[in-house]
Amino acid sequence: MGTEFVQLSLMPMLIGVLAAVACALPGNFLLLRRQALIGDAISHVVLPGIVVGFLVTGSITAWPMMIGAAFAAVLSVVLIEAIKRLGRIEAGAAMGVVFTSMFAGGVVLLEQSDTSSVHLDVEHALYGNMESLIWLAADGWGSLIDWAALREMPSQAPRLAVVLVLVAAFVFTFWKELKISTFDEGYALSLGIPALALGFALVVVTAIAAVAAFDAVGSIIVIAMFICPPAAARLMTDDLWVQVAWSVGFAVLSAVLGYLLAGYGPLLAGFDHAVSAAGGIATVSGLILAAACLVGPKRKRVGVVREG
Amino acid sequence: MSQFVEALLLQSGYNAALVTIGAALLGLVAGGAGTFIFLRKRALVSDAAAHATLPGVCLAFMAMVAFGGDGRSLTGLIVGATLSAGLGLYLVEWIARSTRLPEDAAIGAVLSVFFGFGIVLLTFIQTMTAGRQAGLEGFLLGSTAGMLFGEAVTIAVAGCAAALALFVMIRPMTLVSFDPEFAATTGIDVRLTDLAMMALALVVTVVGLKIVGLVLIVALLIIPPATARFWTERVDHLVLIAGAAGGCAGYVGAALSAAIAQMPTGPIIVLTSFALFALSLLFAPSRGVAASLYRHRSFEIRVHRRQGLLAMARGEAIYDHFTLRVLRRAGLMRADGVATAKGLEAADKALRDEARWEIARQTHDEEAAVGRYDGLTPIEDVFTVDEIAMIDRRLRERTGGAH
Repeated sequence: MGTEFVQLSLMPMLIGVLAAVACALPGNFLLLRRQALIGDAISHVVLPGIVVGFLVTGSITAWPMMIGAAFAAVLSVVLIEAIKRLGRIEAGAAMGVVFTSMFAGGVVLLEQSDTSSVHLDVEHALYGNMESLIWLAADGWGSLIDWAALREMPSQAPRLAVVLVLVAAFVFTFWKELKISTFDEGYALSLGIPALALGFALVVVTAIAAVAAFDAVGSIIVIAMFICPPAAARLMTDDLWVQVAWSVGFAVLSAVLGYLLAGYGPLLAGFDHAVSAAGGIATVSGLILAAACLVGPKRKRVGVVREG
Repeated sequence: MSQFVEALLLQSGYNAALVTIGAALLGLVAGGAGTFIFLRKRALVSDAAAHATLPGVCLAFMAMVAFGGDGRSLTGLIVGATLSAGLGLYLVEWIARSTRLPEDAAIGAVLSVFFGFGIVLLTFIQTMTAGRQAGLEGFLLGSTAGMLFGEAVTIAVAGCAAALALFVMIRPMTLVSFDPEFAATTGIDVRLTDLAMMALALVVTVVGLKIVGLVLIVALLIIPPATARFWTERVDHLVLIAGAAGGCAGYVGAALSAAIAQMPTGPIIVLTSFALFALSLLFAPSRGVAASLYRHRSFEIRVHRRQGLLAMARGEAIYDHFTLRVLRRAGLMRADGVATAKGLEAADKALRDEARWEIARQTHDEEAAVGRYDGLTPIEDVFTVDEIAMIDRRLRERTGGAH
């Protein structure tokens, strides 16, 4: 059990946890700012960015693709804003126009270019391939303190760790400013907080998290983790600190439980093959949210009469 | 190129012709149904519904296999897709209604969780049917390569039914889109109408799964109405134009995909649709970007011309380069900065009109006409010849009195 677990399952689980937390942290603020679907849009437009990054550099090393993806994410935000203003079109529709078109462009580019030699396809982009993130150099738990083995671990793990540190640093450094500008933008401006720049920075940090996580686990987990853990946490508490803590807990729980269920559940039930871990993680996060919707202590709206 | 023309004329094979006609029909209905989704600002709700079809498709497949079928009947899969998408829509509504989460969070949650669960089922089916292809992956991005005649007929029948429903419901839907409260007072059941709109979108979604795929089908509901919005201010025209734009995108996109190797049908239809959108955004009359720029520019020119003429009439020097250029272009000023005869005449008139307006504001101070004073509208457009003659009389009295 030990060696095999460390070789095959430890890295996907670790990467899943890192990706989930990196997405859930900014997700809390996106949720409160009514921008939850920005994560959805960004994770769709990452595909054309990655394909263009690959076509320009001709390599599937991580950096050109991540730069391409980040560029596409920023471009999509700019395009959405431009269509909203120039065309006087409602935000949701503008978003729908941009991300579907860019995703379609990505698929066409992918099919038209010769990517058969490399591992780059639409299914991979949608639901990742966590199962391939194996750590063959490891020969047991002891490898975690073995430098030679650590150097051989899938490169997604250290990269996501760096991104997580970056995201956490952003959120906690600008905690007060983010909190004030999220709840009362006018007040934030009167205090001299550059609320608009901060909002844009939040979108950029979201894009970085989405791109890094996407590379490892596919876009479906990215969307689920931006929304489900923070949404469930929102139903647990009225305190922002506590909400963020809950969301991190839910994200970790979804990643671990989802991976284990997808990886070992079918085997225990007598089937031969595991199912998609990415899908499993999204499903577990949905079940957590469903539970929070049914019994979360703060699930009701208070003080506001709902119209209609 | 000739291959593309052949495909456009439905000459590149039986299967391609089926797909092209099916895609055009689908685009037509999606554009029309999408119009109301667009006006109700529910565009992304239909995206949640589209992604929520996946578990239904997979479960339907598994159920059909369990009962001994081969699981690939399009009708069966469509029923499954409809059920799970309906459940997804209900959950979006339930979460937004009975918890404090906003609707966008509900949309994102349903979309990602249903899709994630669908992927779990899909990978399960892949292992279950190891060896023979279930072909369900085709529903992600559409796959038209092996479309059967029966499938095309299913799509056509559902498309016609949806178009008919749209035609019948157009009036209540219009009312509810613009003023739900007024619609309720006229006896329309707003909730039911909203439901009917979503049901139409749902039909388009599940029917479109085979051609466009569930990831991109929402584009067919959103982009054509957004395109049509640039061309008209009337709902009935909006529905027609959106339907035409969607049908056109479906037709041309499917033909392109038939003519070019390795060109997936769904994405190319979406891109064709986006091309129509981009053209409209830039070049539509009145709401397009080019038209706005033109309006802005001609307004600037009028302001500068007016200010320049007033300065000329008062004998003030003009320093602004743009003003000078405007006056020279209009032949009101010579290259050396001296006013032409025509310029002097126009300047006199500008000054006189300014004085006329001043009188008009004193005498008509409670009338709407005075509100139209912006220093640019010619006074002849606002007042009748008689009124202007009266204003001129007062003007003479006043200047006479001052002397």
